[in-house]
Amino acid sequence: MEFPGVKALDDVSFDVRAGSIHALMGENGAGKSTLLKILSGAYSPTGGALAINGGKRVFTNTADALAAGVAVIYQELHLVPEMSVAENLFLGHLPQRFGIVNRRALADAARKQLELIGENIDPWMKLGRLSLGQRQMVEIAKALTRGARIIAFDEPTSSLSDREVRRLFKIIRELRERGCAILYVSHRMEEIFELGDRITILRDGKHVETNELANLTRDAVVQRMVGRKLADIYNYTPRACGENGMIVEGLCGPGLSEPCSFNAKSGEIFGFFGLIGAGRSELMKLLFGATEKTAGRVTIGGKPLEIVSPREAIEAGVVLCPEDRKKEGIVPVRSVLENTNLSARRRKARAGVLVDESWEQSNARDRCAQLRVKTPSVRQLIRNLSGGNQQKVILGRWLSETVKVILLDEPTRGIDVGAKSEIYGIMQELAKSGVCVIVVSSELPEVLGVSDRIAVMRQGKIAAILERADANEEKLLKLALPLETQRAS
Amino acid sequence: MATDSSATARKPIAEFFDKAGMLVVLAILFIACSLFVENFFSLANMKGLALAVSMTGMVSCTMLFCLAAGDFDLSIGSVVACAGVLAAVVMNKSESIALGVGAALGLGALVGFINGFVVAKLKINALITTLATMQIVRGFGFIISGGTAVGIGIEDFFGLGNSAFLGVPTPVWITAACFAMFGFILNRTVFGRDTLAVGGNSEASHLAGIAVTRVKIAIFTAQGVMAAFAGIVLSSRVTSGQPNTSQGFELEVISACVLGGVSLTGGVGSMAFVIAGVLIMGIVQNAMNLMNVATFYQYVARGLILLAAVLFDRWKRRKS
Ligand SMILES: Nc1ncnc2c1ncn2[C@@H]1O[C@H](COP(=O)(O)OP(=O)(O)OP(=O)(O)O)[C@@H](O)[C@H]1O
Ligand SMILES: [Mg+2]
Repeated sequence: MEFPGVKALDDVSFDVRAGSIHALMGENGAGKSTLLKILSGAYSPTGGALAINGGKRVFTNTADALAAGVAVIYQELHLVPEMSVAENLFLGHLPQRFGIVNRRALADAARKQLELIGENIDPWMKLGRLSLGQRQMVEIAKALTRGARIIAFDEPTSSLSDREVRRLFKIIRELRERGCAILYVSHRMEEIFELGDRITILRDGKHVETNELANLTRDAVVQRMVGRKLADIYNYTPRACGENGMIVEGLCGPGLSEPCSFNAKSGEIFGFFGLIGAGRSELMKLLFGATEKTAGRVTIGGKPLEIVSPREAIEAGVVLCPEDRKKEGIVPVRSVLENTNLSARRRKARAGVLVDESWEQSNARDRCAQLRVKTPSVRQLIRNLSGGNQQKVILGRWLSETVKVILLDEPTRGIDVGAKSEIYGIMQELAKSGVCVIVVSSELPEVLGVSDRIAVMRQGKIAAILERADANEEKLLKLALPLETQRAS
Repeated sequence: MATDSSATARKPIAEFFDKAGMLVVLAILFIACSLFVENFFSLANMKGLALAVSMTGMVSCTMLFCLAAGDFDLSIGSVVACAGVLAAVVMNKSESIALGVGAALGLGALVGFINGFVVAKLKINALITTLATMQIVRGFGFIISGGTAVGIGIEDFFGLGNSAFLGVPTPVWITAACFAMFGFILNRTVFGRDTLAVGGNSEASHLAGIAVTRVKIAIFTAQGVMAAFAGIVLSSRVTSGQPNTSQGFELEVISACVLGGVSLTGGVGSMAFVIAGVLIMGIVQNAMNLMNVATFYQYVARGLILLAAVLFDRWKRRKS
């Protein structure tokens, strides 16, 4: 498979068995999503062939693939938010008579499908009102309505809560029992080892290895993926912290159930852990001025901060790398260069008006090199980059600014192990230079690995703030769980 | 499952087409008309052609910004008419060119600002907003003029539309200057880059610190001023303010932009291609006039060309 200037897949061959879960791993831009898109008929390969049950198949569009029992659940979900759950499930083959949709039959069929995967969702609910996890479930149910026997998942857990992940795994295992062949793409090593039977590793579009997972250790997988050994990916070194960081007192606003107060020092990496929906992203948006606070005081470096918009926040040295890269991060139809310089260009422009092109060029190149963004050139449209590389460009946008406080909301979502460890390195460097680094993460090992202190959020408030030395997985999880479930267990 | 790739470089012709697109179509069209349409390639006709596209050209500059930012403006035809009428009425009353021109430009700025404010600040769909102002402003044009053309009494004013410099009509010079200026703004200034980003993803742009509301209001205001200016030039050319003029002008301008590859969903557009779009529309019209094609058929032909351009663009994108 080739794109202009990119050989995305180069002579890759492997087999996926029925009744088994086949993991697919590789660095960002290794070609995993591209492979799945070929499988789904969205792209046609420039060479090679696809065989199902021994018979060669050529898919020229997604309908072909669906008819052959192949369904791909993409990194970015492909559902229509304005339509109901039921309509989404049967999109393209709604039960009908003379072109008129039979609403009762539709609702019944939808309910049945949803029950099959253990979801209890009102079929007439607008899809846009569901949580991301529920949408994912709808997408799976949709694949099953077409009688798919080969189901591929592209980073399905990257925006799911822990409970939703459990449910998803249960369903995937059930699918395996039913004899489906499952292809599973993820950057999370734990998942791969928990779920997978076999694994195929890609690097730079080339096939590295296909093996039983039982024959491989984590380190072996990482080494084959990255092509080198990775020691401790967090590589935490204690730092001296200053005093004047970001002091937040009694902050109230949408998404928070109680006033929030904390004090993140300059030179400190301050982690926020919590379950999805605990209000961490909302808190970040309040600090960034993207939503309006209703009460409270924020000071930076001893100076009170009155911000009502992201623009002012950036001018005051506070930046936010948002959680939802597609909606809030990238400008898909513009280049990597444009996306990198979207904010910093204002300060570098001559007389504040004329774009400084040579600076922008070199800045974009430097950021791409620093974060190892895989792209043929900085002129490439960002939407042609792989998911993880898009995320890196957004990070690069904020590394182009000189900042006092950097708010990172799930900065390593969808990013491969190698790049993760580089990003942790960058966070430490920023902290060492006196920046106050605030990280939101749902990954326990990550929060524990990088933070000097950790605030745990639960149901819209800060439940506790722990020192690094006092924190462990058990404590954090216990603090993060809603009180009702804590009592019940 | 196996995928391997035979190393084929992309064909240079396809690459060239990708980059040059409409410019190639323009060149081919121009050569074809020069060869096959009688009287097309003559100095007099070239002047006429340039003059005929000058108004569309001027306003397409700001329309490019409007579309690139992901919006739409249907009110420009009405602004052209109303501004012309207002200029005529004020000039006749005050006997001052400056006052007349000032009043017309002020009207354009006001209409544009209102459009921008309603769209950007109150978040009302641009199509609906400008559909409303289009009718309101058209109505005002009729009210001010009493429904008939208003002749202008100051002869000095006619120079703006009817003089020439180095043999080229003044409106053509003005249009060329607009192309250069707005092309520069789009490519070289923070404002231009911000415009494209806002059109590409306004939420992300807002979170990157771009003052989205301000950018949009500025664009609509500029659009209003530009349309009013075109109206002034037109009234000078025809020596009167015509409340009926330029109906459907907005569609002509938008067509030219789309023909020039500007995306209606925002974020994509370049001045060079818009110029090509404007010229293609102009040449086709001019050639049809020379060949004595009846007006009714001209509508059909123009629509077909637009459709073909959009399909071509889509096909090209599929390929890559
Ligand atoms: N439409 C496209 N046009 C040009 N290049 C593309 C296109 N789609 C993908 N690529 C390139 O192909 C390569 C493989 O991309 P792919 O999306 O398959 O990576 P991936 O393994 O899924 O990475 P990630 O883990 O970041 O999601 C990347 O270098 C990417 O830039
Ligand atoms: Mg991918």
